[in-house]
Amino acid sequence: MNLEDVPLWAALPASALVVLGSLIALVGSVGLLRLREFMTRFHAPALGTTLGTVCILAASMLVFSAAGGRPIVHEVLIYVFLTMTAPVTAMLLFRAAHYRKRERAPEDPLEHAADVAEKLPRHEPQEAPPRR
Amino acid sequence: MNQILGYALSFALLALCAAMLCTLVRLLIGPTAQDRVLALDTLYVNAMLLVLTAGIRYGTALYFDVALLIALFGFVGSTALAKFLLRGEVIEP
Repeated sequence: MNLEDVPLWAALPASALVVLGSLIALVGSVGLLRLREFMTRFHAPALGTTLGTVCILAASMLVFSAAGGRPIVHEVLIYVFLTMTAPVTAMLLFRAAHYRKRERAPEDPLEHAADVAEKLPRHEPQEAPPRR
Repeated sequence: MNQILGYALSFALLALCAAMLCTLVRLLIGPTAQDRVLALDTLYVNAMLLVLTAGIRYGTALYFDVALLIALFGFVGSTALAKFLLRGEVIEP
């Protein structure tokens, strides 16, 4: 198959889908890199796993079907497999993270509370407005 | 006129490479072990997308099998690592 064999009606939506899918995957990975906590970081890559994969798989189906002259749908296999397995991995990993976080919690809850209070934004007491 | 698909595919390859770089940085600096496992899982998915895009670019159906295998082994690897973090052992008697 040559890229020139793809008719224009298939090339245009395929280009849009490929660019969209790769950008969505990029956004998910940047979210994984830039978010602060693990619990928030956890949700960013799901963007690429679901929507990005669907977009690129649809583009692949479109291009190969248009170039081959017959419908080619074996990309659905990857979609079905990823849809079935992604929640399993996510749930196991989340449980592991939750378990490890609880394991590492300090013995003394008061000390933990002091640690948390130290990290909170400092609230400067303001002078009370003069009473009229 | 059909060069637009080539340009779009090249752009997508570059974007996916950048995504894999971001994931790799998180894999290297990740403060905790679960961060690294999550980064590895994302790296697998990004690599699968990269292989699929390369398959469209070079017009071979061979890359599809590679992508399917990457998805399969990525799931197995991430699940085994998560199970290890959870229980300290992958296959329990």
